Amino acid sequence: MTRRIEWIHGWLLLTPALVLLFAFTHVPAVKTIIDSFFSTPRGARPATFVGTANYEFLLNDATFWRVLENNALYALVTIPVSIALAIAMALWVDGKLKGRGFVRMAYFAPTVLPLIATANIWMFFYTPGFGLIDQVRALFGGAQVNWLGDPQLVLGAVMVVAIWKEAGFFMIFYLAALQSIPPSLREAAAIEGASRWTFFRRVTFPLLMPTTLFVSINAVINAVRLVDHIFVMTEGGPDNHSSLLLYYIYETAFKFWDTAYASTLTVVVLAILSVLAIGQFHLIDRRVHYR
Amino acid sequence: MTARSLSAGIGRSVDYDRLLNSLGAWALALIWFLPLIYALWTAFHPGEFATRFDPLAPLTLDNFARAWEAAPFARYFLNTVLLVTFILVGQFVLCTLAAYAFARYRFPGSSILFTLVLLQLLVMPDILIVENYATMRMLGLVDTIAAIGLPYIASGFGIFLLRQTFMTVPKELEEAARVEGAGPLGVMLKVYVPLAKPTYLAYGLVSVSHHWNNFLWPLIVTNSVETRPVTVGLSVFSAVDQGIDWSIITAATLMTSGPLLIAFLLFQRQFVQSFMRAGIK
Repeated sequence: MTRRIEWIHGWLLLTPALVLLFAFTHVPAVKTIIDSFFSTPRGARPATFVGTANYEFLLNDATFWRVLENNALYALVTIPVSIALAIAMALWVDGKLKGRGFVRMAYFAPTVLPLIATANIWMFFYTPGFGLIDQVRALFGGAQVNWLGDPQLVLGAVMVVAIWKEAGFFMIFYLAALQSIPPSLREAAAIEGASRWTFFRRVTFPLLMPTTLFVSINAVINAVRLVDHIFVMTEGGPDNHSSLLLYYIYETAFKFWDTAYASTLTVVVLAILSVLAIGQFHLIDRRVHYR
Repeated sequence: MTARSLSAGIGRSVDYDRLLNSLGAWALALIWFLPLIYALWTAFHPGEFATRFDPLAPLTLDNFARAWEAAPFARYFLNTVLLVTFILVGQFVLCTLAAYAFARYRFPGSSILFTLVLLQLLVMPDILIVENYATMRMLGLVDTIAAIGLPYIASGFGIFLLRQTFMTVPKELEEAARVEGAGPLGVMLKVYVPLAKPTYLAYGLVSVSHHWNNFLWPLIVTNSVETRPVTVGLSVFSAVDQGIDWSIITAATLMTSGPLLIAFLLFQRQFVQSFMRAGIK
C-alpha cells in the first residue's frame, strides 16, 4: 500500500513539468518528423502525404548545401578557437596576475550581454571606411574593406563575433575545473623539474578532458542555436554566404511560410546534433578515464 | 608553502615567460573589452565623435534621451521584466517538484522519464520553432508574453541541476522533519529547498541572463509593442534607423544591456560562481 502511495506521489510531483516538457519538446520533435513527410498546407488545401519528396528537394537544394557548409565551417573554426582561448583565459585568470579582477570581467562580459545588442556594436566595427577596423587599417595604409558585404569575408567576420561571445563563457567551466586540481600535483611536478609547458601538456590538459567533453558538446549546440547576430549583421547575406542552418529554418518557415520544408530542415539539424553529441561522447570519453 | 617556494625558485629563471603571459592576458582582455569601451564612447558623446577619437569631446546624455523617445523602450523593459519573472517563477516551481520526485521517490518509469528530461538538453525548444509556433497558434497564444515563456518553463537543465543538489541532502534531515509531522510537500519546502539555496541562486542568475538575452523565439512569437521584449524591440528599432545615427543606436544598445551589465558589475563574483556551479554539476 505505502509503495503505491509513493508511486502516486512521484507521478503527481512530475506531472506539471512533464506536461509542459512533452507539449513543447517531445511532441513537437515527433511532429516535426511527421510533418517532414507531408506538404505544406496552403489556404484551403490541407497537407497531403508526399513521402520523401521534401527530402529529395533538400538533396537538390543548393541553398541548403551552402548553408550546411557555412555552418560546418563555422563550427569547425569557432569551436576549437574558442576552446583554446577559453583554456588560455582560465589559466591566466587562475594564476597570479596583476588586475586579475578586471581581466576576468573583460573575458566574461560578452556572456551576460545580449548577442543581438553586441552584434550592433560589432556591425559598427565592420562598417566600411568609418568602422574601427578600417580606421585602424587606414593608419597602416590599408584600403577600405566591405567586411559584411564580401562573400569571401562575411562568414569569417561573423565567426569572430561568435568566438568573442563564447570563449569567456567556456572559460568559466575550465576555471572551475582548474580549481579542483590538487596543488600536490604541481608540487610533485616541480620536484621532478617539469617545465610549465610539460606540466600543462601532461597533467593539466588531460585532467581537463571531462570539461572539454562538456564544453565541446555545449559548443556544438551553440554553433547551431545561436544565430542572433546573423539577424543584425547580415541577414544571411550576401547571397546566403553567412546564413546558418537555424537562420535558414527561420527564413523558410517565417518568411517563405514553407513549414513542411522547414520541418524537414529541422529533422536534419536534430539528426546532425544527435550524431555529433553521441560521437563526441564516445571519442572524448575514451580519453577521459585512462588515468 | 613548500610549493610556493619551489615555484618561486623556478620562477626566477622563467620570469620572462611570466611577463609574456601577463602581456597576453592583458592584450586579450583589452580586445575583449573593446566593443564595450567603444559603445560607451559613442553613446556618451555627440554624434560627430562616433568615428573620431578626441579625448576632449564633450560628454552628453542626449543620445539616450533620443533613443528613449524614439521607441517605446519603457514598455519593452516592462515586457522583459514580466517575461523573465514569469519564466523564473515557473521554472523554480515546476523544476523543484520534478527534481524532488526524481531525487527521492521510487516509481515505475522514473529512469525513462529522467532520460526524456535530459534529452531536452539536446533537442531544445530553441530549435523546434516551427512546431512550437503552430502549437501557440492552436492555443491562441501568439503575441502573448506567456507564449514566449511557456516552452522554457519545464527546463531539463533546471530539473537536472536541482535533482543533483537534492540527492546530496542527508536522509536523516528528512526523517527528522517527518517525525515532526511534515508531509511530502512540507519536507520538500522545509528541508530540501532551503538547503539548495546556492543552486537556486546560480540557476536563477543563469536563467535570467539567458532569457533577458533571448531573441529568436520572442521575435517569432510576438508582433506588437505590448509583448515585445527589449531584444526584439532593439532589433526593430535599429533596423528602422539603419545607418542613420550610430550614436543613438549604440545608446539604445547599451540601454537594453544596461540592467544586466550593472547587475553583473555589482555581483561579478556571484555571476561567475553561479555559472561555474551550474556548469560543473
